[in-house]
Amino acid sequence: MSTASAEALPHTLTPHPVTGMYNGKFGLWLFLASEIMLFGALFSSYVLLRVNGAFPHHGTPENSLSVPIGTLNTMILITSSVTMVLAWASFKLNKPGKGRLFLLLTMLLAMTFLVIKIIFEYRHKYHMGIRPDTSTFYAIYYCMTGLHGLHILGGIIVIGYFLLPGFGLWKKNPEQFTNRIECTGLYWHFVDLVWIFLFPVFYLL
Amino acid sequence: MSSDHAHAHHHDPGFIRKYIFSVDHKVIGVQYAVTSLVFLFLGFTLMMIMRFQLAYPNHIIPVIGPWLSHAVEGLVTEKGRLLPEGYNALGAMHGTIMVFLGVVPLAVGGFGNYVMPLQIGAPDMAFPKLNMASYWVFLPGGIIMLASFFVPGGAANSGWTSYAPLSVTANTVGTNAFWNGQTMWLLGMVFLITSSLLGSVNFIVTIVHLRVNGLKMFRLPFFVWAQFVTSFLLLLAFPPLEAAGVMQLMDRVFHTSFFMPSGLVVSGVMQDQHLGGMYAGGGSPLLWQHLFWFLAHPEVYVLILPAMGIVGEVIANNTRKPIWGYRILVYSIIFLGFMSFIVWAHHMFLTGMGTSISTFFQTTTMIISIPSVVILTALLLSLYGAAIRFTVPMLFALAFLPMFAIGGLTGLPLGLSASDIHLHDTYYVIGHFHYVVAPGTIMALFAGIYYWFPKVTGRKMNDFLGKLHFWPTFIFMNGVFMPMFFVGLSGVSRRLWDQTNYMLGNETHGWVKMSSWSAWMLGISQLPFIINFVISAFAGKKVAANPWHATTLEWAAPSPPPHGNFPEVPVVYRGPYEYSAPGAKDDYSPQHLPDVSLA
Repeated sequence: MSTASAEALPHTLTPHPVTGMYNGKFGLWLFLASEIMLFGALFSSYVLLRVNGAFPHHGTPENSLSVPIGTLNTMILITSSVTMVLAWASFKLNKPGKGRLFLLLTMLLAMTFLVIKIIFEYRHKYHMGIRPDTSTFYAIYYCMTGLHGLHILGGIIVIGYFLLPGFGLWKKNPEQFTNRIECTGLYWHFVDLVWIFLFPVFYLL
Repeated sequence: MSSDHAHAHHHDPGFIRKYIFSVDHKVIGVQYAVTSLVFLFLGFTLMMIMRFQLAYPNHIIPVIGPWLSHAVEGLVTEKGRLLPEGYNALGAMHGTIMVFLGVVPLAVGGFGNYVMPLQIGAPDMAFPKLNMASYWVFLPGGIIMLASFFVPGGAANSGWTSYAPLSVTANTVGTNAFWNGQTMWLLGMVFLITSSLLGSVNFIVTIVHLRVNGLKMFRLPFFVWAQFVTSFLLLLAFPPLEAAGVMQLMDRVFHTSFFMPSGLVVSGVMQDQHLGGMYAGGGSPLLWQHLFWFLAHPEVYVLILPAMGIVGEVIANNTRKPIWGYRILVYSIIFLGFMSFIVWAHHMFLTGMGTSISTFFQTTTMIISIPSVVILTALLLSLYGAAIRFTVPMLFALAFLPMFAIGGLTGLPLGLSASDIHLHDTYYVIGHFHYVVAPGTIMALFAGIYYWFPKVTGRKMNDFLGKLHFWPTFIFMNGVFMPMFFVGLSGVSRRLWDQTNYMLGNETHGWVKMSSWSAWMLGISQLPFIINFVISAFAGKKVAANPWHATTLEWAAPSPPPHGNFPEVPVVYRGPYEYSAPGAKDDYSPQHLPDVSLA
């Protein structure tokens, strides 16, 4: 029923002549615009809290974040962006087996990122007694990286959906399936990009 | 295209898919409209209780007072007198409900969802399932807000603005971290923000991608333009409040110090960790205000723009001539949309953020008043030389013009940082923004309900009851809000539970009583509307598809429009307001008719 009415909608698959995008892609770009405002507000808060004083981010060595772990996680996410593009390209070239492999790789890399983040960073810090209420630096650190982690988790769920239950669409409508992978990819690159900003802001500066 | 629709009709989706979890924009629009009308009524009821306390301080609330002491904890005394905390909770929830659960869902979720796709000739919204999701995220948000009245400690009582650090330390005594008013307020807001995000993405894609052939952007009805700009405001202004909400939630639940400054003492208790409190300190209460008003000022335009859109439609239709300065109106609302993002700190002149920042925001505020005045002037000039049809929607639309003008012009002294020192946080502010939102926006929303009711139900609302609704509403709206200017100018603060404790409050107390009595009369004046709305929906006079002889596309569809809206996809040949065109055979030339000439 709902699919019947959805198929009757213009530009579900074909790009609109003015925007050059199909509905889903345009919608996703708008969603990303609102995401920029969300993270933008948090980055602004970081700046305001930092200039406000009482922001002890580079204290004793055990009181700051581990640059090697941060660098490793940055590399992992950048790699996952590459595998995501390769997945979309494979589907575009009508190679679904290869496409699924790259989707799986992307998902595994994302999971590795989360495991490193949770076990080697959050858990470690928590054992040292460093919690969100320790200082405003750790408050915004846990808040922003936590929110970013939730975005990673969301990406894992979406990619997992297209790997298993959602893959049935490939047989029915490969073009629409490939479009959805493209949109997932756009979201995924955005999530990576947020990390590219988070890493220097929290680990280096 | 049309064969697809015919195909869609073959499957009967069953009651639940058709009326409850429907993906049809019309059903979702009606769901939004009815829900938000209920919320508007609830928000109004809270205010009527507050007005009793203001007019008759510390008296037992008649009729419902004793009942309230059993039903809601912490609102009234055992005998039924309103408690100060209860008064604050009513105030906070009145604002929250009216703005986030009443006016915006009605103007955007209700009218936008129902009318906008019809006006652009689309079969539905671009993402029907997202549209359904947006309603079903909105509703739990509203229910969480309402449920907060019944948890220990009562509903949120830090104002609808939830200023920190008051809000961080509020509603926490003897309650757990999640099950309390302020935390539920924050959770409710997260739901409402998500809902508006889903809605605004959908609106923008629909307006850009789903217009029918011939419907260029500058042939769009003014209402669609208003929804378009509104959607951008919702899309870009709400996320910072979501971020702020998450931070305040962390302050309350994990005791972070985003908004908690060092050295804070609340009710004699030190809040700093090293002094035995829970907070590390070092946060900034001003940060909350910046993030909140970054949303809440564009939100003002979210409230007013759809109302302007409705008024534009109704005025063009009832003056039987093109709206004056269509392009100027469109450019003005786009400019208004841009500017609304850089005026927010005019709410914060008295926070100590500095005079140079105040000067910047005072300047942008003066600039933003220009497009507002342009819009109002264009709508007013549209009336010039017209043979006006005084239908019920037109009465409401005409009332909007002076009411919005009073609301807008009284805002100028508030936007100047010097005169704001005297007026800030007085009843003058309350009078000002209510003139914009209540006699302004709500009058326009009533105009919209009377105007599009025949499209939604196929029946017209009763004219006599409509006029019986309009005149008392118009009079008592002014009766409620005009006295607030006098009370506020004399210096009475907006948040007093009992102003008769103060000499200046005593002197102006007569005005307060007038305001309260007008509010209760205003409540009674809504009875003809409620009766009219319910009875007309089932037994109103049946009318044809285009009873107002209007030009825009929604009137080309049958009433009520079937699933898929248009039996045949329309094509647009002309602009939206070609009324009384020379050489045309009628005094209106619908957008979808290829030939309207006399011959």
